[in-house]
Amino acid sequence: MTDTFAIELKDIDKRFGAVHANNKVCLQVKQGNIHGIVGENGAGKSTLMSILYGFYQADAGQIDVLEKTYTFTDSHQAIAAGIGMVHQHFMLVENFTVLENVILGSEGGAMLADGLEAARKELTRLGDEYGLKVKLDATIDTLSVGLQQRVEILKALYKGAKILILDEPTGVLTPQETEELFRIFGALKKQGVTIVLITHKLREIMAITDQVSVMRAGQMVAHKDTKETSREELAELMVGRKVLLQVHKNPANVRAPLMKVKHLTIADKQGVERLKDVSFELRAGEVLGVAGVSGNGQTELLEALSGIVPMTSGTIEVLGCEMDAKHPLAPDRLRQLGLAHVPEDRQRMGLISDFSASESALLGYHTDPKINSGIWLSDQKVEANCQDLMQAFDVRPADPQLKSANFSGGNQQKLILAREMERNPDVLLIGQPTRGVDIGAIEFIHQRIIDMRDAGKAVLLVSVELDEIMSVSDRIIVLCDGEISGRLDACDADERTLGMMMANALDPLDPLKTMDDLQASLKQNAHQETQV
Amino acid sequence: MKRDNRIAWINRLLLPLLNILTAFAVTAVLFWLIDVNPLEAAEVLLYGAFGYEEGIGYTIYYATNFIFTGLAVAVAFHAGLFNIGGEGQAYVGGLGAGLAILMLDPTLGAWVFIPASIIGALIFGGLWALIPAYLQAYRGSHIVITTIMFNFLAASFMVYLMVHVLRDTGQMTPQSELFPINSWMPFVHDVAAGLGYSIEASPLNLSILLALVCAVLVWFFLWQTRWGFAIRATGKNGSAALYAGINPKHIIIVVMCISGALAGLVSINELVGYQHRLIMDFHLGYGFGGIAVALMGRNHPLGIILAALLFGTLYQGGAELAFEMSNISRDIVVVMQGLVILFCGALDYMYRPWLIRYLAPVPKQDELSGVAI
Repeated sequence: MTDTFAIELKDIDKRFGAVHANNKVCLQVKQGNIHGIVGENGAGKSTLMSILYGFYQADAGQIDVLEKTYTFTDSHQAIAAGIGMVHQHFMLVENFTVLENVILGSEGGAMLADGLEAARKELTRLGDEYGLKVKLDATIDTLSVGLQQRVEILKALYKGAKILILDEPTGVLTPQETEELFRIFGALKKQGVTIVLITHKLREIMAITDQVSVMRAGQMVAHKDTKETSREELAELMVGRKVLLQVHKNPANVRAPLMKVKHLTIADKQGVERLKDVSFELRAGEVLGVAGVSGNGQTELLEALSGIVPMTSGTIEVLGCEMDAKHPLAPDRLRQLGLAHVPEDRQRMGLISDFSASESALLGYHTDPKINSGIWLSDQKVEANCQDLMQAFDVRPADPQLKSANFSGGNQQKLILAREMERNPDVLLIGQPTRGVDIGAIEFIHQRIIDMRDAGKAVLLVSVELDEIMSVSDRIIVLCDGEISGRLDACDADERTLGMMMANALDPLDPLKTMDDLQASLKQNAHQETQV
Repeated sequence: MKRDNRIAWINRLLLPLLNILTAFAVTAVLFWLIDVNPLEAAEVLLYGAFGYEEGIGYTIYYATNFIFTGLAVAVAFHAGLFNIGGEGQAYVGGLGAGLAILMLDPTLGAWVFIPASIIGALIFGGLWALIPAYLQAYRGSHIVITTIMFNFLAASFMVYLMVHVLRDTGQMTPQSELFPINSWMPFVHDVAAGLGYSIEASPLNLSILLALVCAVLVWFFLWQTRWGFAIRATGKNGSAALYAGINPKHIIIVVMCISGALAGLVSINELVGYQHRLIMDFHLGYGFGGIAVALMGRNHPLGIILAALLFGTLYQGGAELAFEMSNISRDIVVVMQGLVILFCGALDYMYRPWLIRYLAPVPKQDELSGVAI
């Protein structure tokens, strides 16, 4: 391995107001390596990469790319220096073709046709060289997420990138698409491309990187060769203390069903069915996990069960009441029955950023007679209510007057969980309980969910994190394209099986192949189990 | 925390004051360009508005209208609705007040007439806003478009009624017969005379008290009741409100009716308090002025009262200015008001970055320990 550095950052310093986002950060990335950067949310990873890509300018420090020193003032300069970035949210024009998207920003001359022809040749060459096959004339919206990401990578390579930075690239991918992505990384590495991978998934770091750097609270706390470290060590470095990666729980004591969903179908305003004929039971004393790639009907499921979106057909029996398309129950009515809902997106639905914490802690319960005295909404009681919730869930800072937006993601989430859990509901719907939450708080949240279940409550857990689904749930259903594509007990679940169910043989490249794969995998699992 | 407070005060107090000063400075340049001494003009304006009892009376009388329409805009705004139909709602509110008085037996006492006219104004103003509200809630027509069109409908509707239905017989002017004297909202100078004080006569009447009561009620309703909570939640984050079980359709209907009703009360000040008959175009300018007042007053009743007073001053002082100085026409006064709206509305946050940098700087690192990142 050569010892030239593709990227060398020296003493990078950056402040945003009161926040010291990068504190004398140093980083050396060897040429031709896959280098992982891990850290909790807010550790400063994205800031560092934005500085490297010219979005922000460092207050102090030096940036060397391929052994030349640069000061980037915008991303064009970074691109010219050989850096390419693939963002977490793709920057593609949905109704343009792959080819049009790739040349966007480098059209080359006034006439489009010449540029397109030249680009087509170049892209075919790149595709062959790196094994990045995409139909150049397909429009983006017909491509799966994995293929869209591939277009982003092609775009960067087309602009001459020798160094690729990928920000949380696997967040939106199925396990199979992730494997495919890693195969591409291998091919790129062979051709001498340097890859910087920003992620919080330690499993992926261990699987693919050569070196890994750990950030915590704006500082680099460690640089390790991946071979010489472990998930546990990395987690400890990220958080600064020992972390339990596994949830400890007793066997479930399952009782009568509290919610029965029969043939539930939800169509959106355009008439597209987002949820198709979904049936399941949710029983007291269990956690039912709902797995699936984001956008496969989980949001609609949660919102239908909590009365927010109207049902198209089917019935839901919950806590002794029944609702269907003609007889809906409003969210406040369901709440009175004893159903609580922690929404998937806390910024959009869970709280109101402009409200004080005490007001956000009231959302959904503002008509509660305990807080109202006649027509008067008592300030003291509202504040006391919030104070209690903050104490119960250790929300910091414990200041009910503080604006909701000024809490960190983890503390916002704790406040919402406290609001929904402390009223002791019988049925709890939780969406993405740990999205954007620090590892330390994840432990705490998982424990609270298990406590609810052990207290004989029914919990429906929707999450895109397979680790979370597998460790917290007792039973799992998998949603794919709005249908239940798999049901299994958590003890029988492994990442590969769930991944197959999540893909549900809908790979756009070759549906038959994946179907065979699924069967083969199931056979293999059965085989392994008999061997054990 | 201290810094947050400081920023809040910058937003609430310092920024509006600086904006007004800027508007005045630009006006001064304008005056200088047309050969008017700005200091002299300011003196005339301030004297006109506050220099003598009648002037003060007029200033507060105009401010009363702006309090009503400012509150109307603010209430709707807290639900995320932009009600620019204050003009029409005030106009139709006047019809309600007028009809209530004209249809009652003229021999009845003030304690019947005044509540009846207030209720008439509230109901008619509210109903005029209910139609756009219904269209927004259940048909998805945008409230900005419908309310502004309803201003034109109100104008035409009232012209028809005034000319063909309500015109006093034997009159050429499109105005109703005089309201019975029992129904008049008492003038402040009359009330003062009754208490033994002598004040110059002005149109100022007890509607100002009604306006102040409305301001308190609006504050109480929005910030101290569960309904206000629901309204503000809907305005700040519609999805979160939906999640909380708040029905946005109900909120739109209720809020717009309250908003329209408040705008309708302009007619109590104008017609029941001063003109004492239904006339045409008594509402002109107050509905739109209310938008600027609400904007300047940060949609808070206290701010609205202060902003309304400023606009009242500009109305009265400006009229005096146009009268006193030959170089200044009525239009220059409109330009002045326009500048205030420009700097307080469109360029509201122009000074904010500087003010924050110098008055509420980010704490240095050593003060930072313990602050969560």
